[in-house]
Amino acid sequence: MIAVGERAPDFTLRNQDGEKVSLSDFRGRRVLLVFYPQDFSPVCSDQLSLYQEVKPEIAAKGVEVVGISVDHAWAHGAFQEKLGIDMTLLADFEPKGEVARAYGAYIERVGHANRSLVLVDEDGAVEWVHESPSPLEIPGANLIFDALASVEA
Amino acid sequence: MWGEGEVTIVYADLGCPHCAAAWAEIRARPARIAFRHFPVASKHPRSPALHAAAEAAGAQGRFFEMVDSLYADRGRVDDPHLWRRAERFGLDLERFEADRRSEAVQARVRRDFESGIRAGVTATPAVFPGRAET
Repeated sequence: MIAVGERAPDFTLRNQDGEKVSLSDFRGRRVLLVFYPQDFSPVCSDQLSLYQEVKPEIAAKGVEVVGISVDHAWAHGAFQEKLGIDMTLLADFEPKGEVARAYGAYIERVGHANRSLVLVDEDGAVEWVHESPSPLEIPGANLIFDALASVEA
Repeated sequence: MWGEGEVTIVYADLGCPHCAAAWAEIRARPARIAFRHFPVASKHPRSPALHAAAEAAGAQGRFFEMVDSLYADRGRVDDPHLWRRAERFGLDLERFEADRRSEAVQARVRRDFESGIRAGVTATPAVFPGRAET
């Protein structure tokens, strides 16, 4: 897993609408990268629904939440619609999992990312990371708020 | 708060089928049940209205009756169904309507939700048995 203080590897991926989004587009703003296994899986659905609920509070701290999985942009669009969420979802689709690999969040034997959170600061450096012990475990939103509080302190 | 004995805190979503399935078992526990609102609106769009209705029923002493009824009959959760429940429980309907749309009720529900977030709740139902009352 990428470490705090390292440069967050830049990337360009398609979002749920098929538009290209680069990490460098967020320069000057903080972004929370939410690596998750798969669209439509029960645990991922719970996780993203939960984060959607606290997205305004996270945004109030100047942080945008962005989901990343190996699913295609079309799947992201359908997943977003199904969950009724509006956070950006990025398709780490081809080459599959390349961005997750660059962040050390990819699980080779299962072919998708682990549930990992990476907070990137305004200058593109990693501020905080969290890696779930297993893809079945959702990182509580409390971890995000604790991290934001400790980073600010 | 319902029941007797140690306090079991339950974070639940009134639109959640898993909560509905678990509710009878939770209710049967030999414990005092402290219900905490945890509506995940993106997953269950009707949930905020249902939690507000439960709080509004609670303002007239019928909180758990409303919760039981909502979990027992998940197919009837539109406004007319809520009004029918309110009448059945003998609630003042005008007050119920005002209360469920009030800022105080919204704030109460949100306060519970945020306490759940702080407690690390990630899915419902989340049951914390035997916690001291706070």
